[in-house]
Amino acid sequence: MRRARLGARLAPYFLVLPGWLWLVLFFVVPTFVMLSMSTQTGDIVAGFKQTFHWQNYSNGWDQYHVQFVRSIIYGLIATGLCVAIGYPVACWIAFRGGAHKSSLLFLLLLPFFVSFVIRTQAWSTILSDDGIVLSRLKDWGIVGADYHVLATPTAVIWGLTYNFLPFMVLPIYVALERLDPALLEASSDLYGSRAATFMKVVLPLSMPGVFAGVVLTFVPAAADYVNAFILGGSHTTMIGNIIQTEYFTNQDYPTASALSFLLMVGLLLGVFAYARAVGTENALEMAAAQ
Amino acid sequence: MTALDERVDAQPAPARRHARLRPGRWALPIWGWLVIAWLTSPIIVMIIFGFNDTKSRLNIHWQGFTLRWYRELFQIPDLTDALKNSITIAIIVTVIATVMGTLMGLGLGKYRFRGLGATNLLMFANIAAPEVVLGAALLSLFITMGIPRGYWTIVIAQVMFSIAYVAVTVRARMAGLDPNLEEAARDLGAGPYATFFRITLPMIMPGVMAGALLVLALSIDDYIITSFNAGQVQTFPLWVYGATRNGVPPQVNVMGTFIFMFGVLLALVAWATNRRRAA
Repeated sequence: MRRARLGARLAPYFLVLPGWLWLVLFFVVPTFVMLSMSTQTGDIVAGFKQTFHWQNYSNGWDQYHVQFVRSIIYGLIATGLCVAIGYPVACWIAFRGGAHKSSLLFLLLLPFFVSFVIRTQAWSTILSDDGIVLSRLKDWGIVGADYHVLATPTAVIWGLTYNFLPFMVLPIYVALERLDPALLEASSDLYGSRAATFMKVVLPLSMPGVFAGVVLTFVPAAADYVNAFILGGSHTTMIGNIIQTEYFTNQDYPTASALSFLLMVGLLLGVFAYARAVGTENALEMAAAQ
Repeated sequence: MTALDERVDAQPAPARRHARLRPGRWALPIWGWLVIAWLTSPIIVMIIFGFNDTKSRLNIHWQGFTLRWYRELFQIPDLTDALKNSITIAIIVTVIATVMGTLMGLGLGKYRFRGLGATNLLMFANIAAPEVVLGAALLSLFITMGIPRGYWTIVIAQVMFSIAYVAVTVRARMAGLDPNLEEAARDLGAGPYATFFRITLPMIMPGVMAGALLVLALSIDDYIITSFNAGQVQTFPLWVYGATRNGVPPQVNVMGTFIFMFGVLLALVAWATNRRRAA
């Protein structure tokens, strides 16, 4: 009897252990290894030594703050666009979807069945200088002959917005879907106009969804480098591109580690500050549950 | 709106109540369909340009219809190898991550225990951390330990970012289950294994399947984390990324089309079986 009870007490640990070990070994430990690497000095031929050279951080920032700031700005703009584009879509599916809600959500998720790289590559086909769209616009004289979209910030932000939009719509949809219809009725019974009902009932109650969406969109968008590589040019380089180049082309692992660590800490601090400002309890939990 | 309409509106069908929220009768659906069209346009372009009889290396201009790329699908050996790697890695990763993630989801969904909060935080950090950082950190570990990057480091990396997704999906499924069923099985003399395989597992199966599908999609699709830990090994997205600067051959469009159709088919089958089970 006692053995059975002990077994029952240990059961959750046995269940969680394999996944937990994998995450600790290949996610937590590597993060600390990266932290340690970020203060080393040396080069790829002679090897790297731990010298607690914290200047790697200040040097990295001095050298690449332009790309850092650019990544944050692109990420913010793409996230803002995702809210503006995605919120009405979430409303449409949640309130007007009727029996077709799952079909509409399925259509929304359709892009995920095509590789991220191929989707982005397809946009570069569509938006190319003499491609499907621009050649028509040029024929019709709407834009000048030397007008181009690729290699501009517009193209990169376009790609980021496109690629991460579903991550915004889904959490907002979930929040709206949970909304009790009785609340809407109560609002209209109390002579709330449609606009007032939206502003005072729907919008506040959907904020946890918006929060989750903002985190799920902003973090990957700011850290992305695929869009900047495929759709951008030399003036749209983002911090992800720099980290990749430092690791693989320059093989300057300490600088690369310092930049990655800076990026992670910056984004996490941003997320937590935002969580406090918005004041949505369980918001992180909600984001995790998506 | 007349008084009669008002009364019809007030009928208790709950779906109708939402109808009062209307910022314009047509604006919302039009916007929604426009966004869906926008989201699907690159997919349509991908499919169409798989039939393009292109003469140059750049597959950008429409030059007539051909089935040539379907016939010559495997004429680029490197690309074929990359696709094979992607498929075998996806299968291995799906099996490992689904088993570990399901166990984790069971533990998290069924028990309250010390360390529950820490485990939740660990999973949240894993999901929320930017991909570049996950990839770079793991690469730092492999470099420090002198482990050469290749096929198995890709598997390790992909399992690492997949476990939490399965765990979350399975836990969500657990939340809606009646624990009395398991107790009833045990009262009727079923051992812990029989209870698990005949009661618990069938009940959480839709969650497990959804998690597995998600991992399959994440694995086949992943570029960033994989590229950091791939060494010289190519996967499908890695090969395509490398080819973007010199022009992506139409075979990529054809393979992308097949992966797309297969994914859609799989999702529809999973959906249909779930529905039948629920009914």
